[in-house]
Amino acid sequence: MSIWKRTSGAIGAGLLAAGLMANPAVADEDPIKIGILHSLSGTMAISETTLKDVMLMLIEDQNEKGGVLGRQLEPVVVDPASDWPLFAERARELIEQEEVAAVFGTWTSVSRKAVLPVFEELNSILFYPVQYEGEESSRNIFYTGAAPNQQAIPAVNYLYEVEGVERWVLAGTDYVYPRTTNRILETYLKDELGVADDDIMINYTPFGHSDWQSIVADIRAFGSAGKKTAVVSTINGDANVPFYRELANQGIDAADIPVVAFSVGEEELAGIDTGPLVGHLAAWNYFMSVYTPENEDFIAKWHEFIGDESRVTNDPMEAHYIGFNMWVQAVEKAGTTDPDEVIDAMIGVAVPNLTGGYAAMMPNHHITKPVLIGEIQADGQFEVVWETPGTIVTDEWSPYLEGSRDLISDWRKPLECGNFNVATGECGGQGS
Amino acid sequence: MIPGRPSLTESVLQSPSRLRVTAMRILLTITAVLVLALAAVVGRAEAQHELRGHVDALAIGGFAELEDAIAELAATGHPDAAPVLGMLRDGDLYVQPDGTVVRAERGGAGFLVSDPLTGEDLGEVGRGGVDRIRVNNNIRRAVRGALAGVTLMNPDPQIRYDAARTLSGAPSADMLEPLDAALAKEAVGWVREEMAHARAVIVLEPGSGADESTRIAAVERVAERANRDALVLLNAVAARDEGAVQAAAQDGIAAIERRLVIRDNAQHIWYGISLGSVLLLAAIGLAITFGVMGVINMAHGEMVMIGAYTTFVVQELIRNHAPGLFDASVLIAIPLAFLVAGAIGVAIERGIIRFLYGRPLETLLATWGLALILQQSVRSIFGPTNRQVGNPSWMSGAFDLWGLSITWGRLYIVIFALIVFAGLILLLRYSSFGLKVRAVTQNRRMAASMGIRTPWVDAMTFGLGSGIAGIAGVALSQIDNVSPNLGQGYIIDSFMVVVFGGVGNLWGTLVGAMTLGIVNKFLEPYAGAVLAKILVLVVVILFIQRRPRGLFALRGRAAEA
Repeated sequence: MSIWKRTSGAIGAGLLAAGLMANPAVADEDPIKIGILHSLSGTMAISETTLKDVMLMLIEDQNEKGGVLGRQLEPVVVDPASDWPLFAERARELIEQEEVAAVFGTWTSVSRKAVLPVFEELNSILFYPVQYEGEESSRNIFYTGAAPNQQAIPAVNYLYEVEGVERWVLAGTDYVYPRTTNRILETYLKDELGVADDDIMINYTPFGHSDWQSIVADIRAFGSAGKKTAVVSTINGDANVPFYRELANQGIDAADIPVVAFSVGEEELAGIDTGPLVGHLAAWNYFMSVYTPENEDFIAKWHEFIGDESRVTNDPMEAHYIGFNMWVQAVEKAGTTDPDEVIDAMIGVAVPNLTGGYAAMMPNHHITKPVLIGEIQADGQFEVVWETPGTIVTDEWSPYLEGSRDLISDWRKPLECGNFNVATGECGGQGS
Repeated sequence: MIPGRPSLTESVLQSPSRLRVTAMRILLTITAVLVLALAAVVGRAEAQHELRGHVDALAIGGFAELEDAIAELAATGHPDAAPVLGMLRDGDLYVQPDGTVVRAERGGAGFLVSDPLTGEDLGEVGRGGVDRIRVNNNIRRAVRGALAGVTLMNPDPQIRYDAARTLSGAPSADMLEPLDAALAKEAVGWVREEMAHARAVIVLEPGSGADESTRIAAVERVAERANRDALVLLNAVAARDEGAVQAAAQDGIAAIERRLVIRDNAQHIWYGISLGSVLLLAAIGLAITFGVMGVINMAHGEMVMIGAYTTFVVQELIRNHAPGLFDASVLIAIPLAFLVAGAIGVAIERGIIRFLYGRPLETLLATWGLALILQQSVRSIFGPTNRQVGNPSWMSGAFDLWGLSITWGRLYIVIFALIVFAGLILLLRYSSFGLKVRAVTQNRRMAASMGIRTPWVDAMTFGLGSGIAGIAGVALSQIDNVSPNLGQGYIIDSFMVVVFGGVGNLWGTLVGAMTLGIVNKFLEPYAGAVLAKILVLVVVILFIQRRPRGLFALRGRAAEA
């Protein structure tokens, strides 16, 4: 009797224990939420909608593979509507209300700067997928796009060495990315390549500039000084279509005055007849035309997901692909989605990129990238004419800018600093 | 054998033995012809065999080796070299695994392969079966230079002209001889002129070995061109040569600089007119809805966008169903864009605006909301990315007019804007509909008492303004992005033009648009595009402060309407 009673008691206790054990297991079955913070309306929708789609595709794909830590992933999509203050609001909403494990999002530098304090205050993680001007390193942000030394400087070197360019037009849209990049390039051209002041022309235009007649005529005049001339274009998004149309109409041939662009990819070219533009260049870390099994697979998945064979892939999409895979790996390494542990686990993570190499997360929260120079083809794709032998590590603080020359960033313990001044030996110089 | 060489019919009509002999003769002739033809084919094949080595050399090594191979291929002077170089430039040449170079085009499951020299069909290979010979800008330049030497005698005058132009762009003393030979045979005046110019440029090169009088003549010929290229060349000559040649070059430089100042100003005016015509097109619909009717229509830019998207849809349909009509696509799109945007305009007026007459603030907010709705609908239907609208061939490229480079597209837009403007003026001035519009806007109650259906006139007028915005969209699709944001870029400029020109006055809109365009283009070179825009805005604000009714204020009773 007593034995029976004891036994039943033990079973009861066992059941209770099992129940208690099961409870956290049930909690683990809850999906992990991933925030997607890209504009789906307003001016930036043109570029950012695609990135939202590619994130949904990556999450769906990961779920089919069994999710992360045995849990499914659930995307939470919000629309900051190309409105910078709204980015901060939506980011706060994602972190505080939705309790997302990480956020993938933003495109313009100004939107990234708007959400940066939110991510630092609430200690969450942001993956930023677009090439930018550098001069920033935050503990809570992972930058998967290129900095100027992974895009602009190799492109200028290519023009100087291969095409023998001696005269430079730096043309850009009037905002922070072109201005900073052009400052870096101007110093680089003068100090490293010995270009004279007279041989550099700098020109800024407003956002969405559509009347390029005078500027293209000026470029032509500047280019007829008997020296080989090239245009380095940081012209942003929408202004490019009328710019390239004017180039074509005024008969500026790539063989005479090549234009190398840092903001023109496959997606931008989809709106232009590229027949007259063959030979103009772009510098990126990924091109859709690169033939690797990973890339073929990625393109096939993208076409299947979006249901349209004519859609292209581009560089920021690859950045999200790399960033997402890195996050998955870091979470599995840390065994948790806790931001502090994931941030520590991220450094040193390496995943394959789509161009046949590996991208590694460096201590400065930027990734290693190969640099590819492509020429525009008549079918709207790029053909790679030059590439770096290996991958390049980011100079997040440019050595060509006054004030950032002495700064380094290293988020490993014990330094844990985004702007360590090696001259003064103190953390906290310029920038954030 | 047979005197008088009788014809075949004659011989057939003669005796049977004669017939046999004739038949034999015919047979012999045919055989002879065949043998000769065969010999020619073999000879030709052998000649191509020689080129074959040069062609296959194109696939060996990197860009530097490719450049040498191009030079060697061109140096053969063989007539078949030029087409192969053209294929190389266009990226049609591929290399097979065995090292032979073939021409390949996308087709079937992979590539359709043919022989670049004979054009013989070599069947089909898979996507990885051939490797493309990569070309970059240096290679394109090398091909262009090599082709120029080979094509100086081409039957097509345009190709000869291009060859001569290329030679003057990259002068080399080696080309003097072929150029002289081409000049001696050239019969077409404008090609001759270009060749003579190229010859002058080459003569001025150091090391051409020409005597002083030839060089002075060359300097004078180059100076006649009076463009920047000529200036660069003469500057180099003035720095390098001595004596009479140097003096001639200095005279030439002074003359060119004088002409360049005049030409630069003419260029600014033309660019200004061109920008003005774009502003005019964007604003003219608003001049009706805002200027004549007094409706603050923030969705005006979206009407322009709808017109541009109509052009896109028309082009897509034509591309898919009747590619031959592509050059006419823009003309077909004009009436359709008018109808589509006009119909939407009428719907907006009937559905929203008619309830808001006399309440400008509400109209502003309602139409602004409407603009957002229209943008987002287009984004949902067509996607957020830019859509490709092609330029018909007659709107592409540029021509030189007294040294001004004028692009065809811009010229047609200027003409088109003026036609639309004139049409609108005539419609309002001389048609019965125009009379009703003027009557209703000047005195609504009086017009209603005279039996005019004022709501109908309101709807039609708004539809007319929207339809014209749609037409503007067709023109703007030729120079700007076709994206959901297209309209936003023009709405502020449009209001600026209408207010500056004088509300309610179409002529004011014309003068306002042209003035703003030209002022902008004169400021741009000195102040930069960003500052120029700001300065124009400040000037307009100051002007409105002084004259609130704009350039051409309406006076008298009309002003009170």
